[in-house]
Parts: sequence; C-alpha cells; structure tokens
Amino acid sequence: MLELKNVSKRFGGVVATDDITLGVQRGEVHALIGPNGAGKTTLIGQISGSLGSDSGSILFEGSDITRDAQHERVRAGLARSYQITSLFKRFTVLDNLALAVQAGSGSSFSFWRPVSAEALLFDEARAIAGEIGLAGRETAVAMTLAHGEQRALEVGLALATRPRLVLLDEPMAGMGPEESENMIALLERIRTRVTVLLVEHDMDAVFRLADRISVLVSGRVIASGAPAAIRAHPEVRKAYLGEDANA
Amino acid sequence: MRRAAPWIVLALALAFPLAMQAEHQNYYLSFASRIFVYALAATSLNLILGYGGMISFGHAAFVGTGAYVSSILLSEGVASAWIGWPAAIAASALAALAIGAVSLRTRGAYFIMITLAFAQMMFFLVNSMKAYGGDEGLSLRERASVGLGVDLGSDVAFYYTALAALAAGLYGLHRLVHSRFGRVIQAIRENEERAEAIGYPVYRHKLVCFVIAGAAGGLAGALLASHGKYVNPNVLHWTHSGTLMVMVILGGVGKLWGGVIGAAALLGLEDLVANHRVEWLAAIFPNYQQHASLGVGTVLLAIVLFAPQGIAGMLARKKHA
Repeated sequence: MLELKNVSKRFGGVVATDDITLGVQRGEVHALIGPNGAGKTTLIGQISGSLGSDSGSILFEGSDITRDAQHERVRAGLARSYQITSLFKRFTVLDNLALAVQAGSGSSFSFWRPVSAEALLFDEARAIAGEIGLAGRETAVAMTLAHGEQRALEVGLALATRPRLVLLDEPMAGMGPEESENMIALLERIRTRVTVLLVEHDMDAVFRLADRISVLVSGRVIASGAPAAIRAHPEVRKAYLGEDANA
Repeated sequence: MRRAAPWIVLALALAFPLAMQAEHQNYYLSFASRIFVYALAATSLNLILGYGGMISFGHAAFVGTGAYVSSILLSEGVASAWIGWPAAIAASALAALAIGAVSLRTRGAYFIMITLAFAQMMFFLVNSMKAYGGDEGLSLRERASVGLGVDLGSDVAFYYTALAALAAGLYGLHRLVHSRFGRVIQAIRENEERAEAIGYPVYRHKLVCFVIAGAAGGLAGALLASHGKYVNPNVLHWTHSGTLMVMVILGGVGKLWGGVIGAAALLGLEDLVANHRVEWLAAIFPNYQQHASLGVGTVLLAIVLFAPQGIAGMLARKKHA
C-alpha cells in the first residue's frame, strides 16, 4: 500500500533519515520504533508531505506521491496525527471533527450556504466523536478538554478525513495506563478498516497491536519483521530494546 | 435581543436623514456617509485580518486602487457608477491577486512587511502619474451617476448608497464566515499546519480570501473618491493602511461589527477633538486640538491593554455578564 524507496532527509549537516526503504501492507498495523532522535517524526513528515524528501521516492497505492502537496495526499487517503497535540483549540469538539469531515467531502469553496445546514457533516462528526470516546463532549471547546481527551481528538481529526492509511505519531504520548488502554481499544476497532503506521514508545502497546515492526536507529532501518523476530533480533536488542530487553 | 440589534441599527440608520434638521443635514449626512465608507473598508480588512489571521499592512493599496480607477474613469468621461464601480472592484481584486500571490508565501512579520512594501510601491506609482494629478491628486467635477432617477450629488442619495454598500458588505461577511469557506479560513487562523494536514490547500484558501477582501476594499475606495469628489495618493499611503488597521483593532478583530464600530469610533473621536473645543482641557493644553492623534493613540493603547477584543468584544462581554 505504501512503499518508501531510498528516502532521505537532511537538515543542514544532520542526516535525519538515511536511505530508508520500507513497505506498509494493506490492512496491517505497522509499528515504527526507535530511540529518540532516530528520525521517526521526520519520516512521518516526509510520508505525509509536510516535509519534502531530498532523495528517494514514496509510492502510495501504486502512484508516486513524492512531489505531491500534503493536502493532495490527504485527499488520496493518507492522513497523519501529531505527537504534540495540534487541534483547532478554540473550536468545539464537533466543529473540529466536522471541519476534517468537510475537507474530504466536496468543495470548500462555497461562500454563501451556512455550514450548520449540512446535517451530514455533523452526523459523521458525531459518529467519530462516539468512536473516539468523546460522546457527550461534542460541545466542549477543544482547549478545555483533559489531556487524554485531547489525544483522542488528535487521532479523531486524522480519522475524520476518512483515510485508508493513517500515520499515528505517538498517540499514547503522555497518557496514563487507563487512557492508554482506551487508545489501544480504539486502534483495535479502527484496524479493521484502516491501515495503520504507528510510531510509539509504549512497547507494551506496540507488541500488542503490531502485525509488523520496523526499527529505526540514527535515520536507518536496522530491522523489519514480525514482532517475535524483532524481539529476538540481536542488533535491535543492543541498539534499542537494551534497557527493557528482559521485559 | 442579539438577533434584533442589527435590525434596530439598520432602522436607525434609515431614519437618520429624516430626523436631521435641515440646517445641519448636509454636514452630518456627509460625515455619516464617510463613516459608512470607512466601515466598509475596515470590514473588508477585518475579513483577512480578523477571520483569516493575515496581518496585512497594505490594505490601503486596494482601497486606493478602487479610488483611482473609478476617479480616472470619471475624469475620462465615464460617468456611470455601473461601469466605474465594478471596474474599481475588478482592478482591486486583480491587485489583491497579484500582491497576495507573492505575499502569502511568507508568514508573520515578513507578511506584514511585504504587504506594506507593495502598498508603498503603488503609492509611489500613483504619485508619478502626472496625467492624473500626480502628488496633487485628482479633483472630480461630479460624483459617479447611478441613473434610475437618483442624483448621487445629493448628500441624502449618497448616504443611502453608502449605507446599502455597507449593509451588503456586512451581510456578505456574515454569510461568508458561516459558510464552508469561512470555517476553513478561521481554522487556518487557528492552526495553519493542521488545516493543511486534514486536507485543505491552505495557500489557495488564503489567496481567495485576500482577493475577496481586496475587491470589497476597492468598492469602498470608489465610494470614498465619489464622496469627496477628490482623490490623492495619500489614499494609498501606509499611514492610511494603519488607520484601517486601527479601526479594526479598536472595533474588534474578528468581530462582525468590528469594522463598523471601529470606523465610527475613530472618525467620531477625531471629529470630536477637531471641532468641539473643550475649554477646561484647552486651559491645560492650549494646543491639544492640533495633537488629536495623541489622544487617539492613548485610547487605542487602553483598548489593546484592557479590551483586547475591541469595543465589539467589550459589548458582547457585558451582555453575557
């Protein structure tokens, strides 16, 4: 579904991602793990289109999207969420979601008809609010939500664009155990209809959810495979799982 | 009450000329017309500045383009407003398209400076148009004519025309900010990066918004030129952009009535200071009327510090309390 071929990105003299070749198959949850500074978020940026690539090519469902703008990739079915929560803070939960639904349904160059007359947008937004566990919180302004709720809405915004592949950048960042369980349950529900590329530090969540895991260290993929193989991989144990290899 | 307020204001504005004593009528009608025209210009700036989050310091370029295009047509003998004003709107829209296409590739302080620079370029361009008065400006013998048995030369007719233009502008803004496009524009103001990440072509939306505001500013410019039967390059000067910005900030950034309230407050304050000498104040500061901008500046400072949402925001807060 998604293929990266020799993708690289440099920031000045610093190589953030270095000759990455990686494939994500339709229907899988593909986890991307690696220590801080390994280039995971940079790679998410390159795939989603907010960052350009210095070299290499990115194919989504067979077509080359390397030079496509981010909004074009979203329209093609490729959406992302952010590690650092990025919402429309002064909008309500429902307006946040309706806005993302609107992006994927028809032209937004409509200047006269009130959005509030478009029941379909808000029906779908309400359904997503329910799915991400924010039913009953639709009228709350995003900035007043609790951290866990904001993280749920963060993922909800990506889902509301109706992606076929969603890039989730540390959805469990800063979450307590209970909130993490809710997020894992959410990902279990959506995996049946959306392919997921998951960047996550919570190893428990990664090994529970992932069909395949790729390990990124210093901008390079050092291993890619089934969870059991990754757990056993000597280089991975040394480079990354070292601190909790016995877990 | 909230829903009724705009209609009450409109009814008062419609009745205003009838209530005026004949002896004062011309002065106050002309002054009110000037407020309406500036209110339209400030409202158009509020669309990009308040709703779109684009801090343009060059809005006078579009008001000035409208003013000059309509005036040049008038001086060349094209008297009909039905030609002159659409031409002014089209020219300003085109100028906004060109300036916006370049400026909107920048952000923050760079955007402020580049819009300012473009407006100044146009200021100097108009200054050098000797055929149309150069730095002395261009006097018009007549206001534009609208036909239909209406003589715009009369202050009453011009008053109602300016009121109609402002009402149309406000209603248009009201529809726009609640439309799909308006929601996207406000989302871009809130979080540009995320707006792109949920699938909106941010640059294109901003550019369209910029062009709409420029077009409306052009209409305000055409009305301004007709109102005073005179236009000079200062209409494009950066201080004029600043005046429009002050109106928006004073009235309420991103508030529907912000431009109207700001224009009325600023022009009203200036008129008050210039034409109504307060004796006890004059006893302390003999020349205070020559330094009106000092007083206006003080009021603006107070608004920014104590009512960051402007007068419109202050009124809305009172209603909720």
